[in-house]
Amino acid sequence: MLDDSNAKSMTIIVTKGTLDWAYPPFILATTAAAMGLEVTMFFTFYGLGLLKKDLNLKINPLGNTAMEMPMAGGHMAMPNILAAMPGATALTSAMMKNMMKKKGVASIEELRELAVEADVNMIACQMTMDLFEYRKEDMVDGITLGGAASWVDVATRSDINLYI
Amino acid sequence: MADQVLDAKGLNCPLPILRAKKALKDMATGQTLEIVATDPGAVKDFEAFCRTTGNELVSSNEGGGTYTFVIKRTG
Repeated sequence: MLDDSNAKSMTIIVTKGTLDWAYPPFILATTAAAMGLEVTMFFTFYGLGLLKKDLNLKINPLGNTAMEMPMAGGHMAMPNILAAMPGATALTSAMMKNMMKKKGVASIEELRELAVEADVNMIACQMTMDLFEYRKEDMVDGITLGGAASWVDVATRSDINLYI
Repeated sequence: MADQVLDAKGLNCPLPILRAKKALKDMATGQTLEIVATDPGAVKDFEAFCRTTGNELVSSNEGGGTYTFVIKRTG
């Protein structure tokens, strides 16, 4: 409960910015907002990139032994030596996005827009902005800038606090 | 007959829930929304959605590869 209303509340610290890891925070944030919760997302380190106006999220299976893709009725992992080749990131990212589209999975752009529409409170970490030299105008509208204390303040009054 | 029908076929988690919420928001208390989905996860999810939001899940049916839910806006 963040204010006098009886609504439950949730915060999510978003630390990862690859195509796969962008999903859990945005899926949970939009769903919780749809279920009446007040949601705050705090974007820090690589998660901060998810607030950029132009998203071009990528994924590479290099070193990720758990990443298998459905192929010819089975599942196949890409050997590390192939994942390290030039073009492997672009290829894998395109394959993943294509597969998501075919299966009716929302794009991150779509989920982010839904989060903004649902009044999800998005805080961009000021320290990370300075560290990686991002400007506020590089980021989508409607975000606020803040630091660790901003999150702690909201978190102390929230029912659910997640770190992703 | 529901007051409004939402076609959520082919959509995956969490889109059926998000679209349903959007539709319910513009409906009056007491009106019903029918949702047709193909995502098997929607069965548990609409139960949970209704439990949390206080809306009434009037019915939940499966047949012919689709799932049909009727939600009455009470919350």
